[in-house]
Amino acid sequence: MSFINYMAREINCKIVYYGPGLCGKTTNLQYIYKRTNPEAKGKMISLATETERTLFFDFLPLSLGEIRGFKTRFHLYTVPGQVFYDASRKLILKGVDGVIFVADSQLERLEANQESLDNLRTNLAEHGYSLDKMPYVIQYNKRDLPNALPLEELRQLLNPVGVLDYEASARTGQGVFETLKAVSKLVLTELKRGG
Amino acid sequence: MGNPGMVMYEEEFNQIQTVVDRLVREANAKVVFIVDKNGQLIAASGDIGNIDTTSLASLTAGNIAATGGIAKLLREQEFATQFHEGENANIHIQLVGNRVILVVIFDSESSLGLVRLRVRRATDELNRVFDALQKKALEPGHDSPFAEITDDDIDNLFND
Repeated sequence: MSFINYMAREINCKIVYYGPGLCGKTTNLQYIYKRTNPEAKGKMISLATETERTLFFDFLPLSLGEIRGFKTRFHLYTVPGQVFYDASRKLILKGVDGVIFVADSQLERLEANQESLDNLRTNLAEHGYSLDKMPYVIQYNKRDLPNALPLEELRQLLNPVGVLDYEASARTGQGVFETLKAVSKLVLTELKRGG
Repeated sequence: MGNPGMVMYEEEFNQIQTVVDRLVREANAKVVFIVDKNGQLIAASGDIGNIDTTSLASLTAGNIAATGGIAKLLREQEFATQFHEGENANIHIQLVGNRVILVVIFDSESSLGLVRLRVRRATDELNRVFDALQKKALEPGHDSPFAEITDDDIDNLFND
Protein backbone atom coordinates (compact mmCIF):
# COMPACT_ATOMS: atom_id res chain seq x y z
CA MET A 1 0.00 0.00 0.00
CA SER A 2 1.70 3.13 -1.18
CA PHE A 3 1.92 6.16 1.08
CA ILE A 4 1.70 9.55 -0.61
CA ASN A 5 2.82 12.39 1.63
CA TYR A 6 1.91 15.80 0.17
CA MET A 7 3.59 17.57 3.04
CA ALA A 8 6.99 15.94 2.64
CA ARG A 9 6.35 15.58 -1.09
CA GLU A 10 7.30 11.97 -1.16
CA ILE A 11 5.84 8.67 -2.10
CA ASN A 12 6.71 5.40 -0.41
CA CYS A 13 6.18 1.96 -1.89
CA LYS A 14 6.78 -1.55 -0.55
CA ILE A 15 8.38 -4.31 -2.58
CA VAL A 16 8.67 -7.87 -1.30
CA TYR A 17 11.16 -10.52 -2.44
CA TYR A 18 9.49 -13.92 -2.13
CA GLY A 19 10.79 -17.43 -2.84
CA PRO A 20 11.89 -20.75 -1.35
CA GLY A 21 14.55 -21.08 1.32
CA LEU A 22 18.11 -20.30 0.20
CA CYS A 23 17.00 -19.04 -3.23
CA GLY A 24 18.95 -15.79 -2.79
CA LYS A 25 16.45 -13.15 -1.61
CA THR A 26 18.78 -11.76 1.03
CA THR A 27 21.69 -11.95 -1.42
CA ASN A 28 19.71 -9.74 -3.82
CA LEU A 29 19.29 -7.11 -1.12
CA GLN A 30 22.91 -7.35 -0.04
CA TYR A 31 24.06 -6.74 -3.60
CA ILE A 32 21.73 -3.75 -4.00
CA TYR A 33 22.97 -2.37 -0.70
CA LYS A 34 26.61 -2.79 -1.73
CA ARG A 35 26.14 -1.14 -5.09
CA THR A 36 23.96 1.84 -4.15
CA ASN A 37 25.28 5.31 -3.37
CA PRO A 38 25.25 6.07 0.36
CA GLU A 39 22.90 9.04 -0.13
CA ALA A 40 20.31 6.86 -1.88
CA LYS A 41 20.05 4.14 0.74
CA GLY A 42 19.28 3.71 4.40
CA LYS A 43 20.58 1.08 6.73
CA MET A 44 19.96 -2.56 5.80
CA ILE A 45 18.35 -4.53 8.59
CA SER A 46 18.48 -8.31 8.74
CA LEU A 47 16.54 -10.20 11.36
CA ALA A 48 18.34 -13.51 10.98
CA THR A 49 19.18 -16.61 13.02
CA GLU A 50 22.70 -17.30 14.25
CA THR A 51 23.30 -19.31 11.10
CA GLU A 52 22.30 -16.31 8.97
CA ARG A 53 18.98 -17.70 7.84
CA THR A 54 16.29 -15.01 7.64
CA LEU A 55 14.12 -15.26 10.74
CA PHE A 56 11.61 -12.48 10.12
CA PHE A 57 12.70 -10.16 7.31
CA ASP A 58 15.45 -8.10 5.72
CA PHE A 59 14.71 -4.46 5.10
CA LEU A 60 16.41 -1.93 2.84
CA PRO A 61 15.07 1.59 2.16
CA LEU A 62 16.07 3.09 -1.21
CA SER A 63 15.50 6.49 -2.80
CA LEU A 64 15.10 6.40 -6.55
CA GLY A 65 14.93 10.10 -7.33
CA GLU A 66 12.13 12.52 -8.08
CA ILE A 67 9.06 12.34 -10.27
CA ARG A 68 7.22 15.61 -10.76
CA GLY A 69 8.64 17.01 -7.54
CA PHE A 70 7.84 13.92 -5.47
CA LYS A 71 10.69 11.91 -3.97
CA THR A 72 10.15 8.23 -4.69
CA ARG A 73 11.20 5.85 -1.95
CA PHE A 74 11.06 2.10 -2.14
CA HIS A 75 11.14 -0.11 0.91
CA LEU A 76 12.53 -3.53 -0.02
CA TYR A 77 11.66 -6.50 2.17
CA THR A 78 12.50 -10.18 1.98
CA VAL A 79 10.47 -12.93 3.61
CA PRO A 80 11.93 -15.92 5.46
CA GLY A 81 11.95 -18.72 2.86
CA GLN A 82 11.88 -21.73 5.14
CA VAL A 83 8.52 -23.50 5.05
CA PHE A 84 7.82 -23.37 8.80
CA TYR A 85 8.05 -19.58 8.95
CA ASP A 86 4.78 -19.18 7.08
CA ALA A 87 3.08 -17.05 9.74
CA SER A 88 5.85 -14.45 9.50
CA ARG A 89 5.85 -14.59 5.71
CA LYS A 90 2.19 -13.73 5.62
CA LEU A 91 2.69 -10.67 7.83
CA ILE A 92 5.32 -9.18 5.56
CA LEU A 93 3.03 -9.24 2.54
CA LYS A 94 0.66 -6.82 4.22
CA GLY A 95 0.52 -3.57 2.28
CA VAL A 96 2.77 -4.82 -0.52
CA ASP A 97 2.87 -2.81 -3.76
CA GLY A 98 5.00 -5.16 -5.86
CA VAL A 99 6.40 -8.69 -5.67
CA ILE A 100 9.60 -10.24 -7.01
CA PHE A 101 9.50 -14.01 -6.98
CA VAL A 102 13.07 -15.30 -6.75
CA ALA A 103 13.23 -18.83 -8.14
CA ASP A 104 16.16 -21.16 -7.51
CA SER A 105 17.22 -22.49 -10.93
CA GLN A 106 18.67 -25.73 -9.59
CA LEU A 107 16.96 -28.95 -10.62
CA GLU A 108 16.60 -30.18 -7.04
CA ARG A 109 14.77 -27.00 -6.00
CA LEU A 110 12.09 -27.20 -8.66
CA GLU A 111 9.45 -28.51 -6.30
CA ALA A 112 10.39 -25.95 -3.62
CA ASN A 113 9.88 -23.18 -6.18
CA GLN A 114 6.43 -24.41 -7.08
CA GLU A 115 5.44 -24.80 -3.44
CA SER A 116 6.65 -21.30 -2.64
CA LEU A 117 4.77 -19.81 -5.59
CA ASP A 118 1.55 -21.54 -4.48
CA ASN A 119 2.21 -20.28 -0.98
CA LEU A 120 2.64 -16.73 -2.31
CA ARG A 121 -0.76 -16.87 -4.03
CA THR A 122 -2.42 -18.25 -0.90
CA ASN A 123 -0.87 -15.70 1.43
CA LEU A 124 -1.67 -12.78 -0.88
CA ALA A 125 -5.27 -13.98 -1.10
CA GLU A 126 -5.51 -13.90 2.70
CA HIS A 127 -4.81 -10.17 2.52
CA GLY A 128 -7.35 -9.83 -0.29
CA TYR A 129 -4.72 -9.34 -3.02
CA SER A 130 -4.34 -11.27 -6.24
CA LEU A 131 -0.96 -12.01 -7.80
CA ASP A 132 -2.49 -11.64 -11.27
CA LYS A 133 -3.52 -8.04 -10.57
CA MET A 134 -0.35 -6.96 -8.84
CA PRO A 135 3.00 -5.62 -10.11
CA TYR A 136 4.90 -8.88 -10.22
CA VAL A 137 8.11 -10.14 -11.87
CA ILE A 138 10.09 -13.36 -11.68
CA GLN A 139 13.83 -13.75 -11.26
CA TYR A 140 15.50 -17.06 -12.12
CA ASN A 141 18.45 -16.96 -9.79
CA LYS A 142 21.64 -19.03 -9.66
CA ARG A 143 21.97 -19.21 -13.46
CA ASP A 144 25.72 -19.59 -12.95
CA LEU A 145 25.42 -23.00 -11.28
CA PRO A 146 26.13 -26.14 -13.34
CA ASN A 147 22.90 -27.87 -12.27
CA ALA A 148 20.68 -24.96 -13.33
CA LEU A 149 17.68 -26.07 -15.40
CA PRO A 150 17.23 -24.68 -18.91
CA LEU A 151 15.43 -21.34 -18.89
CA GLU A 152 12.58 -22.58 -21.07
CA GLU A 153 11.77 -25.37 -18.66
CA LEU A 154 11.62 -22.99 -15.68
CA ARG A 155 9.48 -20.57 -17.65
CA GLN A 156 6.99 -23.25 -18.56
CA LEU A 157 6.58 -24.33 -14.97
CA LEU A 158 6.80 -21.05 -13.07
CA ASN A 159 5.66 -18.42 -15.54
CA PRO A 160 2.76 -19.80 -17.56
CA VAL A 161 1.16 -16.37 -18.09
CA GLY A 162 4.40 -14.74 -19.20
CA VAL A 163 5.04 -11.94 -16.70
CA LEU A 164 8.37 -10.13 -17.05
CA ASP A 165 11.18 -12.46 -16.02
CA TYR A 166 14.95 -12.18 -15.65
CA GLU A 167 17.93 -14.47 -15.37
CA ALA A 168 20.19 -13.66 -12.47
CA SER A 169 23.11 -14.60 -10.34
CA ALA A 170 22.57 -12.58 -7.18
CA ARG A 171 26.01 -13.56 -5.87
CA THR A 172 27.75 -11.78 -8.75
CA GLY A 173 24.97 -9.23 -9.21
CA GLN A 174 23.93 -10.27 -12.69
CA GLY A 175 20.24 -9.44 -13.22
CA VAL A 176 19.72 -8.00 -9.73
CA PHE A 177 19.12 -4.37 -10.70
CA GLU A 178 17.25 -5.34 -13.87
CA THR A 179 14.73 -7.24 -11.76
CA LEU A 180 14.34 -4.40 -9.27
CA LYS A 181 13.94 -1.80 -12.00
CA ALA A 182 11.29 -3.90 -13.74
CA VAL A 183 9.10 -4.25 -10.68
CA SER A 184 9.62 -0.60 -9.66
CA LYS A 185 8.42 0.53 -13.07
CA LEU A 186 5.35 -1.68 -12.79
CA VAL A 187 4.59 -0.25 -9.32
CA LEU A 188 4.86 3.34 -10.56
CA THR A 189 2.74 2.54 -13.61
CA GLU A 190 0.11 1.08 -11.29
CA LEU A 191 0.18 4.29 -9.21
CA LYS A 192 -0.29 6.29 -12.38
CA ARG A 193 -3.41 4.27 -13.07
CA GLY A 194 -4.57 5.14 -9.57
CA GLY A 195 -4.11 1.64 -8.19
CA MET B 1 -6.40 -3.55 -7.48
CA GLY B 2 -8.58 -2.23 -4.66
CA ASN B 3 -5.64 -1.39 -2.48
CA PRO B 4 -5.68 2.36 -2.13
CA GLY B 5 -2.67 3.73 -0.36
CA MET B 6 -2.55 6.14 2.50
CA VAL B 7 -2.47 9.81 1.58
CA MET B 8 -1.25 12.60 3.84
CA TYR B 9 -2.29 16.24 3.26
CA GLU B 10 -0.71 19.33 4.72
CA GLU B 11 -3.62 20.20 7.01
CA GLU B 12 -3.79 16.80 8.69
CA PHE B 13 -0.03 16.49 8.78
CA ASN B 14 0.18 19.72 10.77
CA GLN B 15 -2.49 18.51 13.18
CA ILE B 16 -0.63 15.24 13.71
CA GLN B 17 2.66 17.06 14.17
CA THR B 18 1.05 19.29 16.81
CA VAL B 19 -0.10 16.21 18.72
CA VAL B 20 3.31 14.52 18.68
CA ASP B 21 5.17 17.75 19.54
CA ARG B 22 2.93 18.23 22.54
CA LEU B 23 3.24 14.60 23.58
CA VAL B 24 7.04 14.93 23.71
CA ARG B 25 6.67 17.86 26.12
CA GLU B 26 3.82 16.59 28.25
CA ALA B 27 5.13 13.05 28.63
CA ASN B 28 8.69 14.29 29.17
CA ALA B 29 9.71 11.93 26.38
CA LYS B 30 12.89 11.78 24.32
CA VAL B 31 11.25 10.90 21.03
CA VAL B 32 7.72 10.37 19.77
CA PHE B 33 6.90 9.05 16.35
CA ILE B 34 3.98 7.72 14.35
CA VAL B 35 4.25 4.90 11.86
CA ASP B 36 1.63 3.29 9.68
CA LYS B 37 1.12 -0.46 10.03
CA ASN B 38 3.18 -1.07 6.89
CA GLY B 39 6.24 0.55 8.39
CA GLN B 40 6.13 4.00 6.80
CA LEU B 41 7.10 6.87 9.06
CA ILE B 42 4.32 9.49 9.25
CA ALA B 43 5.59 12.02 11.81
CA ALA B 44 8.34 12.33 14.41
CA SER B 45 9.27 14.75 17.14
CA GLY B 46 11.88 15.20 19.86
CA ASP B 47 15.53 14.30 19.83
CA ILE B 48 15.53 12.45 16.49
CA GLY B 49 18.93 13.61 15.28
CA ASN B 50 20.75 10.49 16.40
CA ILE B 51 18.04 7.99 15.59
CA ASP B 52 17.56 6.04 12.37
CA THR B 53 13.81 6.68 12.19
CA THR B 54 13.33 4.73 8.94
CA SER B 55 14.73 1.53 10.46
CA LEU B 56 12.88 2.12 13.69
CA ALA B 57 9.62 2.56 11.77
CA SER B 58 10.04 -0.67 9.86
CA LEU B 59 11.01 -2.68 12.94
CA THR B 60 8.15 -1.24 15.01
CA ALA B 61 5.66 -2.21 12.32
CA GLY B 62 7.21 -5.69 12.18
CA ASN B 63 6.89 -5.93 15.92
CA ILE B 64 3.22 -4.89 15.86
CA ALA B 65 2.54 -7.30 13.01
CA ALA B 66 4.14 -10.20 14.91
CA THR B 67 2.25 -9.32 18.10
CA GLY B 68 -0.97 -9.10 16.08
CA GLY B 69 -0.23 -12.59 14.76
CA ILE B 70 0.17 -13.89 18.29
CA ALA B 71 -3.10 -12.20 19.33
CA LYS B 72 -4.93 -13.90 16.50
CA LEU B 73 -3.62 -17.31 17.55
CA LEU B 74 -4.94 -16.63 21.06
CA ARG B 75 -8.26 -15.45 19.62
CA GLU B 76 -7.65 -11.92 20.85
CA GLN B 77 -8.55 -8.98 18.66
CA GLU B 78 -5.18 -7.34 19.23
CA PHE B 79 -2.66 -6.41 21.91
CA ALA B 80 -2.90 -2.66 21.59
CA THR B 81 -0.08 -1.75 23.96
CA GLN B 82 3.53 -2.89 24.30
CA PHE B 83 6.19 -1.72 26.68
CA HIS B 84 9.90 -2.54 26.61
CA GLU B 85 12.12 -1.53 29.47
CA GLY B 86 15.83 -1.05 28.94
CA GLU B 87 18.65 0.05 31.21
CA ASN B 88 18.50 3.63 29.97
CA ALA B 89 15.76 3.86 27.39
CA ASN B 90 12.20 2.59 27.51
CA ILE B 91 9.78 2.30 24.65
CA HIS B 92 5.99 2.44 24.77
CA ILE B 93 4.15 1.29 21.64
CA GLN B 94 0.45 1.95 21.19
CA LEU B 95 -1.78 0.87 18.33
CA VAL B 96 -4.10 3.76 17.41
CA GLY B 97 -7.45 2.81 15.91
CA ASN B 98 -5.85 -0.28 14.39
CA ARG B 99 -4.39 1.99 11.70
CA VAL B 100 -1.24 3.64 12.95
CA ILE B 101 1.30 3.06 15.68
CA LEU B 102 2.27 5.66 18.26
CA VAL B 103 5.75 5.15 19.70
CA VAL B 104 7.14 6.97 22.73
CA ILE B 105 10.78 6.62 23.78
CA PHE B 106 11.60 7.91 27.24
CA ASP B 107 14.21 7.62 29.99
CA SER B 108 14.31 8.03 33.77
CA GLU B 109 13.16 11.64 33.48
CA SER B 110 9.67 10.33 32.81
CA SER B 111 7.65 7.36 34.02
CA LEU B 112 5.48 4.68 32.51
CA GLY B 113 2.43 6.06 34.34
CA LEU B 114 2.85 9.53 32.91
CA VAL B 115 3.51 8.20 29.41
CA ARG B 116 0.41 6.01 29.49
CA LEU B 117 -1.74 8.88 30.65
CA ARG B 118 -0.52 11.26 27.94
CA VAL B 119 -0.65 8.59 25.25
CA ARG B 120 -4.31 7.96 26.02
CA ARG B 121 -5.20 11.58 25.32
CA ALA B 122 -3.06 11.73 22.20
CA THR B 123 -4.68 8.53 20.93
CA ASP B 124 -8.14 10.10 21.00
CA GLU B 125 -6.92 13.14 19.11
CA LEU B 126 -5.07 11.09 16.53
CA ASN B 127 -8.13 8.93 15.94
CA ARG B 128 -10.11 12.03 15.05
CA VAL B 129 -7.45 13.25 12.62
CA PHE B 130 -7.07 9.88 10.89
CA ASP B 131 -10.86 9.53 10.60
CA ALA B 132 -10.99 12.91 8.88
CA LEU B 133 -8.06 11.96 6.66
CA GLN B 134 -9.74 8.79 5.54
CA LYS B 135 -12.92 10.65 4.62
CA LYS B 136 -10.97 13.29 2.74
CA ALA B 137 -9.05 10.75 0.70
CA LEU B 138 -12.35 9.29 -0.51
CA GLU B 139 -13.74 12.65 -1.64
CA PRO B 140 -13.63 13.40 -5.34
CA GLY B 141 -11.02 15.88 -6.49
CA HIS B 142 -8.18 14.24 -4.61
CA ASP B 143 -6.69 12.35 -7.51
CA SER B 144 -3.25 10.85 -7.21
CA PRO B 145 -0.48 13.27 -8.20
CA PHE B 146 0.78 10.35 -10.23
CA ALA B 147 -2.21 10.27 -12.54
CA GLU B 148 -0.43 12.78 -14.77
CA ILE B 149 2.99 11.20 -14.99
CA THR B 150 4.17 9.81 -18.28
CA ASP B 151 6.07 6.66 -19.14
CA ASP B 152 9.03 8.94 -19.87
CA ASP B 153 8.94 10.28 -16.30
CA ILE B 154 9.18 6.73 -15.03
CA ASP B 155 11.92 5.79 -17.49
CA ASN B 156 13.94 8.86 -16.52
CA LEU B 157 14.17 7.61 -12.94
CA PHE B 158 16.13 4.65 -14.16
CA ASN B 159 18.51 6.35 -16.54
CA ASP B 160 21.76 5.90 -14.75
